[in-house]
Amino acid sequence: MSRPRTQAEYLARLVPPSVAGLNRRTLLAGAAGAGGLLGTGLLAGCGDSDSGGSGSKTVSMGSNASDPTPKDVLAKVSGAFKTSSGIEVAINTVDHNTFQENINNYLQGKPDDVFTWFAGYRMRFFAERGLAGDVSDVWGKLSGFSDAFKKASTGDDGKQYFVPFSYYPWAVFYRKSVWQQYGYQVPKNLDEFTALANQMKKDGLIPIAFADKDGWPAMGTFDILNLRINGYQFHVDLMAGKEAWTSDKVKKVFDTWAGLLPLHQPDALGRTWQEAAQSLQQKKSGMYLLGLFVAQQFNADEQADIDFFTFPEIDSVIGAKALDAPIDGYMMARKPKSEANAKKLLEYIGGVDAANISVQTDPGTLVANTGADTSGYSALQKKAAELVGSATEIAQFLDRDTRPDFASTVIIPALQQFIKDPKDVGGLLTSIENQKKSIFTS
Amino acid sequence: MSDLPLIQADRAVEPPAATTTSGGRGRRLRLLSRTDRVVITLMVSVPLLLVTALVWLPALATVVLSGTDWDGIGPLADIDFVGGRNYRDVFTIYPPFVPAVQHNLLWLAALFLVATPFGMFLAVLLDKELRGGRFYQTALYLPVVLSLALIGFVWQLIYSRDQGLLNAVLGTDVDWYGDPGVNIWAVMLASGWRHVGYIMLLYLAGLKGVDPSLREAASVDGASEPKAFFRVIFPVLRPINIIVLVVTVIESLRAFDLVWVVNKGRNGLELLSALVTQNVVGEASRIGFGSALATIMLVVSLVFITVYLVTVMRGEDR
Repeated sequence: MSRPRTQAEYLARLVPPSVAGLNRRTLLAGAAGAGGLLGTGLLAGCGDSDSGGSGSKTVSMGSNASDPTPKDVLAKVSGAFKTSSGIEVAINTVDHNTFQENINNYLQGKPDDVFTWFAGYRMRFFAERGLAGDVSDVWGKLSGFSDAFKKASTGDDGKQYFVPFSYYPWAVFYRKSVWQQYGYQVPKNLDEFTALANQMKKDGLIPIAFADKDGWPAMGTFDILNLRINGYQFHVDLMAGKEAWTSDKVKKVFDTWAGLLPLHQPDALGRTWQEAAQSLQQKKSGMYLLGLFVAQQFNADEQADIDFFTFPEIDSVIGAKALDAPIDGYMMARKPKSEANAKKLLEYIGGVDAANISVQTDPGTLVANTGADTSGYSALQKKAAELVGSATEIAQFLDRDTRPDFASTVIIPALQQFIKDPKDVGGLLTSIENQKKSIFTS
Repeated sequence: MSDLPLIQADRAVEPPAATTTSGGRGRRLRLLSRTDRVVITLMVSVPLLLVTALVWLPALATVVLSGTDWDGIGPLADIDFVGGRNYRDVFTIYPPFVPAVQHNLLWLAALFLVATPFGMFLAVLLDKELRGGRFYQTALYLPVVLSLALIGFVWQLIYSRDQGLLNAVLGTDVDWYGDPGVNIWAVMLASGWRHVGYIMLLYLAGLKGVDPSLREAASVDGASEPKAFFRVIFPVLRPINIIVLVVTVIESLRAFDLVWVVNKGRNGLELLSALVTQNVVGEASRIGFGSALATIMLVVSLVFITVYLVTVMRGEDR
């Protein structure tokens, strides 16, 4: 479900990309599934490892940074933290998807003092259920975060439960060389976008690369269309279950999408996002709506050839200033073994030094702290940071902004159903609404 | 080597039998010494305890939880009972349910009608001591050794729409894993490939154990090869046949891994087991709803188990 960050960076080069969607992460998720069925949380087991009593010079951290680059960032950050504070960080790395799928068991067992998580509904939910520690006093010592980030770190009770670390925007990516070759211009509105896509079709390109085998990439398309057509507040209310899925507003999103669907890469349901990204990389497709992590599928010498634009305006009243830019960061357990050490670590992670380490180490994300020295950013990162900086509202992503049970058991099959058969939107929306009512009332 | 334990068992039984005959009271009791009774009690109670704790209690808990809307968080005391709402939702507003049931039945039919007979056929062929028989045997059994997750990986190389072997060889553009009308067959082929090897090995073991004089007698009496197989060998192999049947039913009911590896049991690959996992395991944590699905699966399994037990017991009575 999560957006992989540097998934299969090296694997993708060794084996056909068709396989890249099916690497150890998937296998481990399956294994975790088996473990979960037996009523045991893999993570709960991992969390038991004792990392010393309170007052000691250690703090434990549960990490989902299982991919090489983020793992490296975290290792460097914890190394620097040890140098500055003398406190040792015991990092307990768990496969990214496994971590996410076992989070309930993990937090109710013996979680590590500090753990990786995302901003959004799920963060607020854990805060509300008392499964996360209040870190408002850490926020008192932090600086360099915009109000949007502080808001994204705040629970329903007005206290902060989350320290942001990095984020990445969703946008429409393309290759400069391809666009120069055909003389394409960045579209300003939906009509221009459609005309551009049709022109690409005439030029023998697949206009919009598309994949939804894993279920979540199509959420990005839905999100951006919904944000452009109905605006940010409607997105929030719809995700919170307050708006009806059967309303004309939602119907208009799907109708617009249905109009664009013939311009998308066909047979998306059997394709992984890596394969779709490679069609862009191989200059077979003209553009691709995805997160910044799309760059992983490009070779090092092609990185400078990647460019993007934010999805164009559909309704001039709404504009094109809102976007999905999921934030990754850290939370504290409800009862950390050493609260003082945990807070010190969070303060360090939220600080400029840790952000600078990320800038130097990970070209795939942007750092949340504006105080960081971003001169090390690539041109793509700089542009991405500007895009998010100019955004009026930042959404997290469909599955981070709503209940996970609703996102995974209702929305994923529904969007796949829509991609299969875009004609019966009415029936589909009625089905979503019926299931939504049942889930949100429970 | 293999009959060594039997000999030991015989010896172990003898001494107490000798002592008990000299006793005075009720015959049944006298046959068992104190050690015997302890052993028997342990032998009955330990497995019983294990079965109860590991099978029946979880099954019962599933049934109880299926009446709740528990999300897996918080103490058990907080659980609200919602009556039959989960079941009503499953049958009325949960779109993947009906396809899942259909796919499970399809799976059973395909394994039972195609894969299992084919595996038995291969076993009969290999039993003929063909040249290179060992090689074929190994080749056919290889998929069983591999984990299903790995098999999913191997077949993904073949089935991928844009970069797969199959489309490259055939020059087609079929979306083997993505097209909901095609992918269930593609996955069943992969699963059948493994099942054939499994059945073949089971059956081959059985065939090797058939007394050669039976075949000789049949051929002396002038029976043709097929006739000898269906009239003589097949009935003799009844215990193996039952095992093969049970294995087939179990495999089709627990079909899960491959589908999960391909696309988490969505989009044309819905199976009951995958739906249970989608809801219960992972972030979703719709424990109540998933338990309702699991209970439905339990009931379906019970139907097959009952049919099987009735058949087996009837057979033993005869």
